[in-house]
Amino acid sequence: MQHHLILRVVVKILVAAIILFALYVQFHGDFSPGGGFQAGVIMAAAFILYGIVFGMAKVKQVVPEWVVHRMMGLGVLIYAGCGVASMFLGYEFLNYNAFTPHHPSHGQHYGLLIVEFGVGVTVTGVMISIFYAFASRPPTLKDSDW
Amino acid sequence: MTETILTLILFAMLVAVAFAIIQMRQLFAVVLLSSVFSLLTALLFVIMDAVDVAFTEAAVGAGISTVLMLGTIALTRKRSAERTRSDILPFFVVAVTGAALVYGTLDMPNFGDANAPANAYLRQDYLDRSVTEIDVPNVVTAILASYRGFDTLGETAVVFTAGIGVLLLLGGLAYRRAEDDEES
Repeated sequence: MQHHLILRVVVKILVAAIILFALYVQFHGDFSPGGGFQAGVIMAAAFILYGIVFGMAKVKQVVPEWVVHRMMGLGVLIYAGCGVASMFLGYEFLNYNAFTPHHPSHGQHYGLLIVEFGVGVTVTGVMISIFYAFASRPPTLKDSDW
Repeated sequence: MTETILTLILFAMLVAVAFAIIQMRQLFAVVLLSSVFSLLTALLFVIMDAVDVAFTEAAVGAGISTVLMLGTIALTRKRSAERTRSDILPFFVVAVTGAALVYGTLDMPNFGDANAPANAYLRQDYLDRSVTEIDVPNVVTAILASYRGFDTLGETAVVFTAGIGVLLLLGGLAYRRAEDDEES
């Protein structure tokens, strides 16, 4: 898609804004709508947009396939690890009060941030992986058939 | 009043889009229209004050799934292949799974039931308790990640499983083909 000059310039600027928005949705989820799931999808959308316009080879240089595959598992591990950590501190599984026993609601804030981050990492990884899996296969449809 | 009018207009547009999708013969247009459908649904969610859901619908329904559907069209041929095997076994599996799912919903309270636990006390309970216990302005996040933390862990695991499934079905093939090419 080398000839789409306007598209490429606009996407270059947009990708940065989309990633910034994804981070806002991710870490501002306790105050405004959104959270890990939405942020993960928006983050993945930024890379998918980049991949569509600049090609799969370019986007795989930014986030290689092995990175997104590991992200899928890493997020679940962060989430579950947060629960296991609270168990080691003598509380129930996923009881975030464990992190700051003297001020329970602060512990809840930390807990929310950590588990939402875990959700975000997994969702980003899964969405980009699925996109890679679909887009990396050679198309069987000819351009004239669309 | 404005809310009712807006809701009616959006629902009318939803129905129009749905009919247009049925009428269409071109898959490309169908995919784009289903993206429009998702966007209209997201607007309806905003009117119903479910911003978190609207967010998800707009990002997943109108964004990612449109891209994936377009990717799927690119992978398929124009005409479907001749069927050689019978449909009985797949139909049986789908029917049994569907029946099990319907059976599972029988225990659920009716839509809008005032005596359902969620409406009777749970919602008010969350609203009251989250102010002191969690102390974040967005109650949805507090419920999802803290009170219902275990459910959300399961949900994350489901997303993970879905990703693994797609990789096994599509990505695995690509790897195998690449290895075959190297060997030959």
